[in-house]
Amino acid sequence: MPTFDYAPAPESRSVVDLKSSYGLFIDGEFVDSRGGTPFKTISPATEEVLAEVSEASQEDVDRAVAAARTAFRSWSRLSGADRGKYLFRIARIMQERAREFAVLESLDNGKPIKESRDVDVPIAAAHFFYHAGWADKLAYASLGDNPRPHGVVGQVIPWNFPLLMLSWKIAPALATGNTVVLKPAETTPLTALLFAEVCQQADLPPGVVNIITGAGPTGQALVGHEGVDKVAFTGSTAVGKAIARTIAGTRKKATLELGGKAANIVFDDSPVDQAVEGIVTGIFFNQGHVCCAGSRLLVQESIAEEVEAKLKARLATLRVGDPLDKNTDIGAINSRAQLDRITELAQVGEDEGAVRWAPECELPANGFWFRPTIFTGVSQTHRIAQEEIFGPVLSVLTFRTPGEAVAKANNTPYGLSAGIWTEKGSRILWMADQLKAGVVWANTFNKFDPASPFGGYKESGYGREGGRHGLSAYVTTGATR
Amino acid sequence: MSTTTRKQAGPSRVDVRKTYKLYIGGKFPRSESGRSYEVFSSGRSPKFLANAAQGSRKDARDAVVAARKAVSGWAGATAYNRGQVLYRVAEVMESRRAQFVAEVQSAEGLTAARAEANVSAAIDRWVWYAGWSDKFAQVLGGANPVAGPFFNISAPEPTGVVAALAPQGSSLLGLVSVVAPIIVSGNTAVVLASQDRPVPAITLAEALATSDVPGGVVNLITGITSEVAPWLASHRDVNAIDLTGAADAPDVVWGDLEAASAENLKRVLRPAGSGVTAVEPDFTTEPGLERIEAFLETKTVWHPKGI
Repeated sequence: MPTFDYAPAPESRSVVDLKSSYGLFIDGEFVDSRGGTPFKTISPATEEVLAEVSEASQEDVDRAVAAARTAFRSWSRLSGADRGKYLFRIARIMQERAREFAVLESLDNGKPIKESRDVDVPIAAAHFFYHAGWADKLAYASLGDNPRPHGVVGQVIPWNFPLLMLSWKIAPALATGNTVVLKPAETTPLTALLFAEVCQQADLPPGVVNIITGAGPTGQALVGHEGVDKVAFTGSTAVGKAIARTIAGTRKKATLELGGKAANIVFDDSPVDQAVEGIVTGIFFNQGHVCCAGSRLLVQESIAEEVEAKLKARLATLRVGDPLDKNTDIGAINSRAQLDRITELAQVGEDEGAVRWAPECELPANGFWFRPTIFTGVSQTHRIAQEEIFGPVLSVLTFRTPGEAVAKANNTPYGLSAGIWTEKGSRILWMADQLKAGVVWANTFNKFDPASPFGGYKESGYGREGGRHGLSAYVTTGATR
Repeated sequence: MSTTTRKQAGPSRVDVRKTYKLYIGGKFPRSESGRSYEVFSSGRSPKFLANAAQGSRKDARDAVVAARKAVSGWAGATAYNRGQVLYRVAEVMESRRAQFVAEVQSAEGLTAARAEANVSAAIDRWVWYAGWSDKFAQVLGGANPVAGPFFNISAPEPTGVVAALAPQGSSLLGLVSVVAPIIVSGNTAVVLASQDRPVPAITLAEALATSDVPGGVVNLITGITSEVAPWLASHRDVNAIDLTGAADAPDVVWGDLEAASAENLKRVLRPAGSGVTAVEPDFTTEPGLERIEAFLETKTVWHPKGI
């Protein structure tokens, strides 16, 4: 198949106004940290320093929680209609400044501009738009008797979808009348800080949203803080378990969106070309930095060779490189630490006997890069079939019967998502029933929408985000808590 | 009862007393530990009621195995069928009404009238939950209007094996208010009965065994809560735990059980009450959907639309 060379099509950086250093956003203003050690955030594609960011100390966390507590009194009493108007404003400002957000996200995270531009930012704005409409309609949401906010919500989000995760967390919290202290990941704090400016432009009352930057200790201080009534976390299963232990025996509520090891199951009657596209989207979207990524391909034995060949041909056409180039399919790995983890697990895959393959492609000299990689001959006991790699690495396993596919798909402690590819409708519905996963994509993959609940079974965490179900996590109902 | 029959029975008749056992996998075994403990009535002059089986860690694990084995059949049954089975339990309870009243009366130290009312409420609670079996999915699930050409639907599913610490005080009404919402959606249950008031629970087990509830769907262990509960909380094959009965169980800190449950991220239903002071909820009021919802997972399925 002939491939075409593409001329570089870089998105301009001029739309983003990077400051040399950023404070914390507490009580409606950017303030200096009290005692935290500033740290730098870099572009993972070039290792260039983008800005210096504050680390929130315990005292800063106290201040932010106190500001949120004070703001809660008036925010929770505001009419739903007025709360909704603020959320509509935020949605609109995000749309107005969409290009700025997209460029900043790609710079700080390393993801391709076409994904930040076409996925992250539009869906983030959509989340505010969707939840804005709920604010004055909570009585219709079947959430239970007399739904009312918890109070102050402490939210900790990961680096894979910095702005999108922020919107998943903040939009439902504000719609239901809670106030928020949010900590973005230490490697990707910039779009959250730009979002703070959006809150200012929207005239959101001070203290309703507070954004504190920092790493693990800041997150721990926030989650464990006495003044926090509800915790919302997206991240690793290990940290999720630690949070569950931390809040045990308290009245704090929690939603946890944790790891996954999704099976993408391809039957022999599937539309193979579409399935191959779905497999590529499933695992190579966002460099595989997706908790619901289809990292285990379960392909029916009779078409395994065909799928493998087509997959390799397709992978050879993927363009890896500059995230700001509009032609780029696969951007940079978010951090050196993450690159090391992916490299190590891929090595384990080889050591345990799986066959490794990656297309020849030139990688930039600086930054953190990993070729899209597939492992064939993988068995269930291999670590690459059990552990979340969180990178562009696909493990290929085979099956013969639908029953075997189900057994293999369900054979991990995770239960976040799964994919099914077959033309047979009754089989899709049967498979969807059998799979222990919170989201099942049939003949599609990695689709997200504010109206569609997202979240996992088993060790992929508890609670849902999005839709009526996501809303319910932010209210308390009935007479007692 | 006429004077004649009383004479025939004779005041000197020695009554046949019951041996109280566990209920695991549809069978009534003794505790594998061979232990039992004395159960007394409530009230001013406690009377010896029974030697109840003192369940062990091993009994709890056996019960989890039985409950796991029963999940696919019970969760796979139609909602209509589960509703019928739950209703049948209420029918069988009704037929044992007098026995339940006597047992609740002695277990909780109530007047006959209060015990009557209590048992009526317990039977009615089963009926109430029976009716939910084919309705909660419509209330809690539905189509999601996503921005694209997709069929997108969310539906609740049972979470799997649920362990439950039955309320310590309300020996029958509290017990059924905990068990019915767990199983109505297709979960199976491992229940630790009230430590000091286990007799109505044992009789409920007999009602379950003689109704159409498949073996293993409800497993009932009597014993010391503080001894058995930690094993259920840390068990890796238990998907969720209801800590309602931890509120008043001797030597039990519910926070410790919740922390142990983090091991496999069990879904935890905390005891009622505000602050750290847990209390037994008021079971006389209509419970709402909360307890059903606590043991459900929401599954969302996407499929493209096209021609």
